Amino acid sequence: MSVQNESARSYWRENIRIIMTYMVIWFAASYGCGILFVEELDQIQFFGFPLGFWFAQQGAIYIFIGLIWAYVFSMNRLDEKYDVHE
Amino acid sequence: MSQFAINLIFVGASFALYFGIAIWARAGSTKEFYVAGGGVHPVANGMATAADWMSAASFISMAGLLSAGYVNSSFLMGWTGGYVLLAMLLAPYLRKFGKFTVPDFIGDRFYSKGARLVAVICLIVASITYVIGQMAGAGVAFARFLEVSNTAGIWIAAGVVFFYAVFGGMKGITYTQVAQYVVLIVAYTIPAVFISFQLTGNPLPMFGMFGEYTADGAANAVPLLEKLDLVVRDLGFRDYTADVDNKLNMVLFTLSLMIGTAGLPHVIIRFFTVPKVADARWSAGWALIFIALLYLTAPAVASMARLNLIKTVYPNGTEQQSLAYAERPSWIQTWEETGLITFEDKNNDGRIQMYNDKNEDFTATAQARGWNGSELNVNNDILVLANPEIAQLPSWVIGLIAAGGIAAALSTAAGLLLAISSAVSHDLIKTMINPNITEKGELTAARVSMAVAILVATWLGLNPPGFAAQTVALAFGIAGASIFPALMMGIFSKRVNNKGAVAGMVAGLAATLLYIFTFLGWFFIPGTNMLANTPDNWILGISPLSFGAIGAMINFAVAFIVSNATEEPPVEIQELVESVRYPKGAGAAVDH
Repeated sequence: MSVQNESARSYWRENIRIIMTYMVIWFAASYGCGILFVEELDQIQFFGFPLGFWFAQQGAIYIFIGLIWAYVFSMNRLDEKYDVHE
Repeated sequence: MSQFAINLIFVGASFALYFGIAIWARAGSTKEFYVAGGGVHPVANGMATAADWMSAASFISMAGLLSAGYVNSSFLMGWTGGYVLLAMLLAPYLRKFGKFTVPDFIGDRFYSKGARLVAVICLIVASITYVIGQMAGAGVAFARFLEVSNTAGIWIAAGVVFFYAVFGGMKGITYTQVAQYVVLIVAYTIPAVFISFQLTGNPLPMFGMFGEYTADGAANAVPLLEKLDLVVRDLGFRDYTADVDNKLNMVLFTLSLMIGTAGLPHVIIRFFTVPKVADARWSAGWALIFIALLYLTAPAVASMARLNLIKTVYPNGTEQQSLAYAERPSWIQTWEETGLITFEDKNNDGRIQMYNDKNEDFTATAQARGWNGSELNVNNDILVLANPEIAQLPSWVIGLIAAGGIAAALSTAAGLLLAISSAVSHDLIKTMINPNITEKGELTAARVSMAVAILVATWLGLNPPGFAAQTVALAFGIAGASIFPALMMGIFSKRVNNKGAVAGMVAGLAATLLYIFTFLGWFFIPGTNMLANTPDNWILGISPLSFGAIGAMINFAVAFIVSNATEEPPVEIQELVESVRYPKGAGAAVDH
């Protein structure tokens, strides 16, 4: 039981690490680029449109999709590594 | 054929499709794929989740609010970013827990009837607020397409929702939801494709919006957003792409929408229908793709409709004479009949002026032009529905958008009413008050609670506390302040106990409701607010729509303090928490 517990604990630790990594990107894409630093980014003209505004209305959503899918693949790999997949 | 007849055909045909699928799927339910542990494929579940999720607020109302400019980007980031939270922080674990409702999880994890009761109350308050928004939105759709007043539209919507939700089975069948998603997304994107092509030559609205405006000829091409900034500035409005003054409020508002997304019961429930924990993750991934199709199109709809509307009122440019009232297009006349567009000729020149008359810096310019106040008042909630008419698209497109708007309102309203009625009949009456209730009694209780919820929501929907999407945003704040923290702590902390969770939920809900009711009236009853709902009165400029995030922080803080001051949860509860953290050994799927 104790061996299993040890592996369960490290599975959970790795799970938390994955979530934290993706949450940092999640925060940077929406709150960072879309709200807090929008003025600075708007100075950058990208094909004639302000980049900060683009992040708030489009870019953040693309990044969210990427994040959820990256999370799906990371977790599937983790489940296999610890043999907890079904 | 009249527009009225075309609308009826489209709405009628879409209803026939839903009923047809309901009957087909029910007939097929004896077949093997529905037998024990059946469950639903993640792609189908993703579409069904998207239909559940995208309501009248997203479909009818959101683009209208987005057309104010950058300031309302929160709706876009909040309602998609919340999915990331849901996928990573809640869905897989709640699927592993494998119970039926959100109060089930909270009641079991915090081993107390009190926690379950508080969860039921939070769920009901959030869901009813949500339904008010649906009623307001559906009312606008029915008013326009049946050519009746807005009030009559809302009562018709109430009748249809009642019939639809009580008919029951409809909602339970995932494939009906899939069909609703298809109707909804086709209806939303087709007009947008047409308009984007008209204005920019690019048929993909999400790229057209950031492309060049070519409707004045290729020689005069300018970036669409630049053109838009220019014309709104010339009417005294804020630049479309301009930054906001109060970043704190915008951050909190976005956060409220995100945690609300992850805390709303009718969406969470969908993740119980998949066979495995891994599938719960896949479903969230697919759902976000299907949702993003609408959310990436919405800002394009908003910007292009705003431009088209200004062009309609100022056909020769904002510097020139505006449109004569007598020559107004027929869509303005039909919307006037619903009371959602109003015109008052303040300077008696027989022409329509629309500009920002609250901008003091612009008053001199306006007076010089002989303007005496903005004369055209356009309700935000009509923008998406009026969009094809403003752009002079063929009448079948208008019929299509009617069907789409009604599908969006109905699928979500039905889902919410089911969540409310199951909370009352299953979680409240059966589990807590009278465990011996007969199945028939339980069903009656479910129907009565549904009827009461519809009546309350309809009555409040006649004078909603905001536009449909804003009312829905309040519901998200309430769910985010009460349910989301309890679910999070239930999964990620073994230390939070029953007393902490209950105290946290009560504090979060009470603080949020108090703040909202102070500005929007007690229980949203008009005229009972204690302070005017203006930014000057808001604490630190935090709007009632944004307060959910503060409520959630209060919830977390109170729960941790109370839990640490009282005893640890029993060993079996700590083991329950351990077990939801690992995917292996999830029970059979629940077929919703």
